[in-house]
Amino acid sequence: MVVPAGEIDMSVTDALRRDVDRALEQNGVSNIVFDLAGVSFVDSSGLGVILGRYKKAAAAGGRVFLTGAGPQVRRVLELSGLLTLMEEHPSVEHALSKIS
Amino acid sequence: MNRAVIEFSSQAENVAFARVTVAAFVSQIDFTLPDLEEIKVAVSEAVSNAIIHGYENNPNKVVRLEISIADEYMELVVTDSGKGIEDIQKALEPAYSTDPERMGLGFSFMRSFMDKFSVQSEPGKGTRVIMSRRAGAPRRAAVTEQ
Repeated sequence: MVVPAGEIDMSVTDALRRDVDRALEQNGVSNIVFDLAGVSFVDSSGLGVILGRYKKAAAAGGRVFLTGAGPQVRRVLELSGLLTLMEEHPSVEHALSKIS
Repeated sequence: MNRAVIEFSSQAENVAFARVTVAAFVSQIDFTLPDLEEIKVAVSEAVSNAIIHGYENNPNKVVRLEISIADEYMELVVTDSGKGIEDIQKALEPAYSTDPERMGLGFSFMRSFMDKFSVQSEPGKGTRVIMSRRAGAPRRAAVTEQ
């Protein structure tokens, strides 16, 4: 599970990408739940990190789930088309139930 | 008319500074909070483009913002003196990006969240993005001006 917080723009995407990729490798998992409840802002740089992790997960046979998106985050997710690629769930628990 | 001109280093940390500065300035007219959130995305995209593409992530260059408001209308100009855009029409295509980690949606978001939008650029001569939006008007995607 990935729980970013605050604003996700180009100033944090390198670190976010690195941290998530390291966690995926260390834990040998391919399914990711992004809990976006703590994200107050995201632009296309931030969405690019999510998309990149989706591509990695998909290549490993995994899935990416999104939860908790607030109004601004949801708006850009909708416009970007990412919600047609990834499942959005009303809660982390609901998303996790789809994995197990 | 009220106007502000700000120049700042092309550092990633200044993208957030640009967002809040523009939002604070244009909040003098009748934009709602959701409007301001959309304007912040447009600012974020334009400034990020200047840093990432115009200056190729060189943090020692300068990005210029010119913000003006008059009669419930705002205009924002984001200028860099970076490498410029070879093919503006191609760059304006949604999801056009040479980087697999990038979505290529910066211009699309600017167009979606502003009423008018134009890009002026020449290779080697920098880029100027001009966006405007009226407060309180019904929303539809920007007209791209040539």
